[in-house]
Amino acid sequence: MTKEMPNQINIVYFAWVKERLGRDQEVIEFPELVENIGQLVEHLQNCDPAYRNVFTDLKKLRFALDQDFVGLDAALRDAEELAIFPPVTGG
Amino acid sequence: MIKVSVIESDFDAGSEIKNLLALGGGAVTSFIGQVRGDGTLDALELEHYPAMTEKALRKIADKALGKWDLHGITIIHRVGRLRVGEQIVLACTCSDHRQASIEACSYIMDQLKTVAPFWKKEIRQDGSESWVEERQSDLDAAKGWKN
Repeated sequence: MTKEMPNQINIVYFAWVKERLGRDQEVIEFPELVENIGQLVEHLQNCDPAYRNVFTDLKKLRFALDQDFVGLDAALRDAEELAIFPPVTGG
Repeated sequence: MIKVSVIESDFDAGSEIKNLLALGGGAVTSFIGQVRGDGTLDALELEHYPAMTEKALRKIADKALGKWDLHGITIIHRVGRLRVGEQIVLACTCSDHRQASIEACSYIMDQLKTVAPFWKKEIRQDGSESWVEERQSDLDAAKGWKN
């Protein structure tokens, strides 16, 4: 199946990631070459210094793709929602 | 019987425990976490990822069911602003035997701290705020359980 629309994904942010970016979610369009989360984060950092400031230390970030925990190397494929947040601290 | 719940309001631990006792196993274990005061803390603000939270809690309960012979599991986690002394979380397990219910309850709490999408922010009496950072001891405890 070929897509005529550019690839896009809804990104949701939580905790200090949300506070520092100043928004809790947004829809991001990205080029075909961007295939995994790591590449998407890099793409965002290149687009806007605001992301560079918040995503400085990737070791302090966690990711969930369609509500499942994943690593930076997870393929975006047809995922609808990416969540970016700090390590969890519940319980 | 699995019950997971994410709520803003307080919960009645006694009635939750009674519900598990009513399942008829010989052993019920419960853990209650509450906001610990340290002299300057006023409250915790509990944030979560609504679309994911219940799914994550259910996954934890399912894994516990796979590891121990349990009649029932109840997990209740509160969100929103919780003042010092307020209850945050309840984990409760029912089994035929003591060991299984105690271990399963402990396992659930260790997993809750590392794989459920909650974040705590400390609100101090002077109005300052800071996000709680993950603790290595919590990560180690969660890893201590062999899958």
